[in-house]
Amino acid sequence: MIALEALLRQVRGLDAAELDQWIEARWVRPDRVASGYVFHEIDVARVHLIVELRHELLVDADAMPVILNLLDQVYALRNRLKSVAAAIEALPPETQVLIRERLSG
Amino acid sequence: MWWPRADRAMPRNERRQVCWREPLSNRGRLLPKDGTTLTEELSPRNDNTLATRTLGTCRKTAYIQATSSEKNMAARNPYEVLGVKKEATADDIRKAYRALAKKHHPDLNPGNKQAEALFKEISAAYDLLSDADKRARFDRGEIDEAGNEKPRAYAYQDFAEGAPGAKYRTSQENMSPEDLDDLFSFFGRGGFGQGSGGGRAGGGEGATIRMRGGDRQYALTVDFLDAVNGAKQRLELAPGKSLDVTIPAGVRDGQVLRLSGQGGPGLGGAPAGDALIEIRIAPHAWFRREGDDIHLDLPVTLGEAVLGGRVTVPTPTGAVTMTVPPHSNTGTVLRLRDKGVAGKGDELVTLKVVLPSEGDAELDTFLKDWAAKHPYDPRKGIRT
Repeated sequence: MIALEALLRQVRGLDAAELDQWIEARWVRPDRVASGYVFHEIDVARVHLIVELRHELLVDADAMPVILNLLDQVYALRNRLKSVAAAIEALPPETQVLIRERLSG
Repeated sequence: MWWPRADRAMPRNERRQVCWREPLSNRGRLLPKDGTTLTEELSPRNDNTLATRTLGTCRKTAYIQATSSEKNMAARNPYEVLGVKKEATADDIRKAYRALAKKHHPDLNPGNKQAEALFKEISAAYDLLSDADKRARFDRGEIDEAGNEKPRAYAYQDFAEGAPGAKYRTSQENMSPEDLDDLFSFFGRGGFGQGSGGGRAGGGEGATIRMRGGDRQYALTVDFLDAVNGAKQRLELAPGKSLDVTIPAGVRDGQVLRLSGQGGPGLGGAPAGDALIEIRIAPHAWFRREGDDIHLDLPVTLGEAVLGGRVTVPTPTGAVTMTVPPHSNTGTVLRLRDKGVAGKGDELVTLKVVLPSEGDAELDTFLKDWAAKHPYDPRKGIRT
């Protein structure tokens, strides 16, 4: 985990005011502790992603919440699907076959 | 676009499934009829084969459509990659790049290896063609299209799908974990109870399923001192739903707290699952923690170090007064008993002699005189 200053140094083309807006809009959700913000790996990766979408692909600021929202839903679903897949894989082979037949039928 | 592919997450022994390959030229046609026995073994995908897994017979029929961008997979010429003419203006190239990049950005196509590969190709092509100098050199045949590919690291999806992604999943305004559970329990009920033919899987018609709710994982960052002393902290589970978590004194970094009954709802009157909260401890500006001991570097004046004296020392539970014995050097460690984590460990104070921030004529004069009379060699041990 890193602090705000370290993040600003690490991400090219990111300025403090912009990052503040993103945090305000909850696009990025660092943890708030007494000494300021703490960014975890996922927050840093998300900042990189938002920088790319905004600065390189010129995604409109108004469109960003829609994109991030849908993206978060996709990842949430993928996370759940993975756990469903893992649960199915733990079942006896006969049951797995039945499930596959159901899914492909 | 429906894109069948082998699931790499499958265990190794499952991978040797029977599958069916189709040359690219056949795209757009129908796959074989249901029931056709397929015997070909899955091989690593390359650009002109498609693989789909079945259980020995083809169960699924679907149209495969080739889009122009997929055909570009085989093409290496950057103009073809971006779908622009050789005489395209810089503006045309930029527009083409943005359109393609938006479509194939790996984070917008999570898990789609093809999109990722394509995006790398698109980025490399754009890097080359957007630079007038490089483009001219490429046109003259001085550099090749691959020479300028720069690798990009796409980290977000690696985190987003796993445990760390929970914070962005759970506070979604329009899809809470409850919605997801509803969705999957619906799948579950549909699979178990539906139709007379499905009776085998259901364990009898109309059987009520009782199932304990799933555990939910959360992460909570706590302040260093709250972790040492214990505290109550609010954790946002979902919009409008929060939980006051009691942080026990002395909690360790990475420790998981289990809050019983705060997870997903149970099915058929069964109890709810638990909330599993992983604690992360934020670093402190001057305290460090090793096991149950607290470590602190304490600056002392030259006078305090030489003559000794009483100094005020911060501890996790407040400041205390400590006696520095005369002739205490930098690196001297003094122990404050029971001032460690949750009254169990100690606080270990390492002294650090600090000179006055500004030069002092009186001190200089004194030392010139004193040093000449009292030579000593602190570097004896490290001389080669």
